[in-house]
Amino acid sequence: MSVYYSKEHEWVRVEGDTATVGITDFAQGQLGDVVFVEVPQAGRHLARGGDAAVVESVKAASDVYAPVGGEVIEGNQALVDDPALVNSDPEGEGWFFKLRLADTHEINDLMNADQYKAFCDEQ
Amino acid sequence: MSDSEMSLPLDGWHRRLGARMVAFAGYAMPIQYEGIIAEHRWTRDSAGLFDVSHMGQLLIAGAGAEKGLEALLPADLAILKEGRPKYSMLLTDDGGIVDDLMVTRRGDHFYMVVNGATKEGDIAWLETNLPRAVVLDHMKEQALLALQGPKAAGALARLVPEVADLTFMTGDAFTVAGIRTWISRSGYTGEDGFEISVPAVSVEALADLLLDQPEVRPIGLGARDSLRLEAGLPLYGHDLDVTTTPVEADLVFALSKRRRAEGGFRGWHRIARELADGPIRKRVGLAVEGRQPVREGALVVDGEGNEVGKVTSGGFSPSLEAPIAMAYVPLADAVAGTTVSLAQRGRIFSAKVAPMPFVPHRYHRKGAGS
Repeated sequence: MSVYYSKEHEWVRVEGDTATVGITDFAQGQLGDVVFVEVPQAGRHLARGGDAAVVESVKAASDVYAPVGGEVIEGNQALVDDPALVNSDPEGEGWFFKLRLADTHEINDLMNADQYKAFCDEQ
Repeated sequence: MSDSEMSLPLDGWHRRLGARMVAFAGYAMPIQYEGIIAEHRWTRDSAGLFDVSHMGQLLIAGAGAEKGLEALLPADLAILKEGRPKYSMLLTDDGGIVDDLMVTRRGDHFYMVVNGATKEGDIAWLETNLPRAVVLDHMKEQALLALQGPKAAGALARLVPEVADLTFMTGDAFTVAGIRTWISRSGYTGEDGFEISVPAVSVEALADLLLDQPEVRPIGLGARDSLRLEAGLPLYGHDLDVTTTPVEADLVFALSKRRRAEGGFRGWHRIARELADGPIRKRVGLAVEGRQPVREGALVVDGEGNEVGKVTSGGFSPSLEAPIAMAYVPLADAVAGTTVSLAQRGRIFSAKVAPMPFVPHRYHRKGAGS
């Protein structure tokens, strides 16, 4: 199991051909208090870089893009019911959706934890 | 953060307290410290300290100041008593709102507080339109704090016991720990509280004294916005601008009785017509169905999807735990309980016109006891 990161501040945890996607602690810190989340339905096909989910804080709305493409297995209903999970546990209980990777090679274009940390330090 | 923003007198103080700074009205300002929802709730439950030093503080003096201002504002300054802030606005010839403001008679002059983003334009407008004998001073040496919330009076009275005698919309000069201040019992959160004009050189000392009070925490712009939205208070540049009139904006209370009858101020013809016949559209509150906020810029649409109005402020109400908004809607829809449709990013939302304030005001009015 490995965790990868996108420049759009998403994390992707990969187990075999299954990926769990959420937004990073850095991203939730930038957003502030999250009050609304919309996650994709199971069965939906997401193209890499396409709209996947919506996250809204008190101040602003943001789109979450699919860092990798594939078919959605599950959206996190617990997160829809309690959007503040994004703030309290962004890289755990606050995951957004799980998908079956269309092309496992796409993860090669993402950053590892050290690269992502360096990326955030530049922000 | 770009270097082009000006710094407020409390800039370093905000940063030491862990504020996240953003550009607002040309200044680097604190959007939040611990978080908008926590700060919002703290203000509603206890007392929040806001730095609003970006706002313009003006002194207007000289022969003809009262008459000169009455030509630009719909307020009855002739009967305005000493030390009583009055909500008013600068108007265009067509009744559009140049800015909304507070004006107070203080001895031989008027003290005016205007919005930060519009203050330079206001000053130019006033200098152009006031008689030559009237002198305007932009008090750049003054900072402005607001202390808001149900425990604000207790906290401030520990430092200045006399403020307990102020009631909503009254003000006076006070010395706090040797610092000369002007304090009015007013604010923009819907809560009891105070606005404190203080020399910029002393504002940090005063802010520290206030923050030493156990009821008081610093509050950023984010919560200021959600608090004023819940209180139903319009924000200039969003809910008000030169294309909106006081009647459309549901600010008829700010049109003093004598002025409404006599006119003699800019925009009166249109305002008188709208008072008689009703405006075409009106600012209302909206309770949005579901949980997703509908924000400024969303459209109010009719059954065929045609634009009939617009959302001018919107967000999530921490007190109600639901999305709320302000919008301009056709007059026929401006009735509490009317269902309206809103379009945002290709989606339709349903909302009900709701009475404002969304959260009841808790001002300390005269005769209400302590």
